[in-house]
Amino acid sequence: MKAITIDGISKKYGKTQALDQINLEVEEGALFGLIGPDGAGKTTLFRILTTLLLADTGQASVTGLDVVKDYKEIRKTIGYMPGRFSLYQDLTVEENLNFFATIFGTTIEENYDLVRDIYVQIEPFKNRRAGKLSGGMKQKLALSCALIHKPTVLFLDEPTTGVDVVSRQEFWEMLRKLKEKGITILVSTPYMDEASLCDRIALIQKGQLLSIDSPTNIIQQFSKPLYAVKTNLLHQLLGDLRTFPLTDTVFPFGEYLHLTTKQQLEEDQLTIFLQNKGHQKIQLHPTKATIEDCFMELMTN
Amino acid sequence: MKPFLAFVKKEIYHILRDRRTLLILFGMPIIQVLIFGYAVTNEFRGASIAVLDQAQDELSTDLQRHLVASGHFAIIEQVDNVSDIESAFQKGKIKMAVVIPPDFSQDFYHRKKAVVQVLSDGSDPNTASTLLNYVTNMVNQFQVRKSQAPPLPLQINIESRLVYNPELKSVYMFVPGVTALILMLVSAMMTALTLAKEKELGTMELLLVSPLHPFLIIVGKVTPYVFLALINAIFILALGVFVFGVPIKGSLLLLLGLCLLFILTALALGILISTKTDTQQAAMLTSLMMLMMPTMLLSGFIFPVESMPRLLQWISTIIPAKYFIILLKDVMLKGSGIELILWEVMVLGIMTLFFLVVSLKNFKIRLA
Repeated sequence: MKAITIDGISKKYGKTQALDQINLEVEEGALFGLIGPDGAGKTTLFRILTTLLLADTGQASVTGLDVVKDYKEIRKTIGYMPGRFSLYQDLTVEENLNFFATIFGTTIEENYDLVRDIYVQIEPFKNRRAGKLSGGMKQKLALSCALIHKPTVLFLDEPTTGVDVVSRQEFWEMLRKLKEKGITILVSTPYMDEASLCDRIALIQKGQLLSIDSPTNIIQQFSKPLYAVKTNLLHQLLGDLRTFPLTDTVFPFGEYLHLTTKQQLEEDQLTIFLQNKGHQKIQLHPTKATIEDCFMELMTN
Repeated sequence: MKPFLAFVKKEIYHILRDRRTLLILFGMPIIQVLIFGYAVTNEFRGASIAVLDQAQDELSTDLQRHLVASGHFAIIEQVDNVSDIESAFQKGKIKMAVVIPPDFSQDFYHRKKAVVQVLSDGSDPNTASTLLNYVTNMVNQFQVRKSQAPPLPLQINIESRLVYNPELKSVYMFVPGVTALILMLVSAMMTALTLAKEKELGTMELLLVSPLHPFLIIVGKVTPYVFLALINAIFILALGVFVFGVPIKGSLLLLLGLCLLFILTALALGILISTKTDTQQAAMLTSLMMLMMPTMLLSGFIFPVESMPRLLQWISTIIPAKYFIILLKDVMLKGSGIELILWEVMVLGIMTLFFLVVSLKNFKIRLA
């Protein structure tokens, strides 16, 4: 049985098509990433799967339970961490965890082994109000609360947004461990660099799935020649590269620009082109595609 | 049962940890009772008046003394001409002016007909008419005392007595009114606010994605407010009885039962509002417009229902507070038993059921 099946799900808000004919399957025990920019439809899809919203058309099921018909059953078995921090800010860390354990009919002690790794990190602050925690700690508390009833499927909507780099790495480490315990995890993120940490990913843009595969396969399918370019006149470089005849696409990528070309490039040709435009300290070398490059390519097609 | 108790406990934490909530819950009743008890009153003591005594004789001085002796008036100015009266009014120094004409005693004793002119400030009609009443009564008394004419051989005396409120005290009116207002505020508005807060902060999303039944979410949230509202009711009634001397002639138990009934009506209204609003601000505004204003203006608390235009009288029949105020007055002032107030109790009961059913139907098991 699949942990999650989505079959032709569409959802409109007024005139905006939030989701357009989504089809997706997530294997049991997988760590599945939904990657896409803000407004791509990630949260809407999460809300449909967590029985919070009704789709206009299509069907979806979680652990074989229909999200519309069997919503009561689903609500007992899933764990959900919304994109916005949604715990009680005026309750302490411990009170929050206790509350969520109790309303799911369990206790902290009963499932402590599941949350221990995460909870020990915030336990020293257990008498602090949740509203006074730092971003990383809030996120750990929210994950603990979503886990405390031992869910079979865990839905994490942009758990790392607004969290510092170190905490983000720790967080993904925790997800790895949870996966090892057999929990299916569906996680969404706008950060492309997190995609490679998933077993499989789906790229989503404007309510449509662009590609579903493992991160390595997606990268391997990238076919065009790709170069990283950097000069002393970085802000002018983007415009200049776009006027280069062989250029296909140019996007900023960290401190470099990533350039794809219509055919294999004579590197000197471009160097001379740039020198004529007044650039100096030109760095140009072929580079390996990342998920972000794939995403950009899929988006422009 | 355990999830329910956890819910109630959580809600109590919310209440105790939020200063604004605490202030509304416990500060408001005290302030309201004191304001209505001491400040908003129709009784006057020592109202400032001016006198233009053109007669300056024994009788006119006597009349002045008579006015002051009552305690209702204080003569703060003796003026010499009519224009001074005008300026005293304009400066806001006086509420009323009394003009005694030059031939006052002459007219009184010989022509058997004297005139006293009273000017009062019509820009404040309530005060003006009350003061006019006072002064008319006192001039009549004065006249009876001064005329040595034997009483008429045949006469009809009116002996009036105001039953249930013999001294026409306004506290008898405002204690039921304030009770209704506070219970409405605590039960309806606070409930609507606290439910809207869960939506606003996104915690409702998590509660929905849990095995909790929607009904349990609501009941868990409102339970603490039932107790708080009841404590408030007892508190206001106690202030009324011990500080302002309002009697409770009927059964205390019945009185508290009625309070509980009205609390439930208000809670049901609060829940109904919360199903229609998504933010605390919207919930607050809706409560103020739909609940507090009608409770203040149309329930008979401040303005008598009988003297309203037809349309407003009709509207007032759907204001729960109207029935509650009638009930409170009947039980507190008249000592009525349950058999005399069955109709009002029934109306409130049916309203409560209606609001509850509608709001449960409207409670969303999903986000949209």
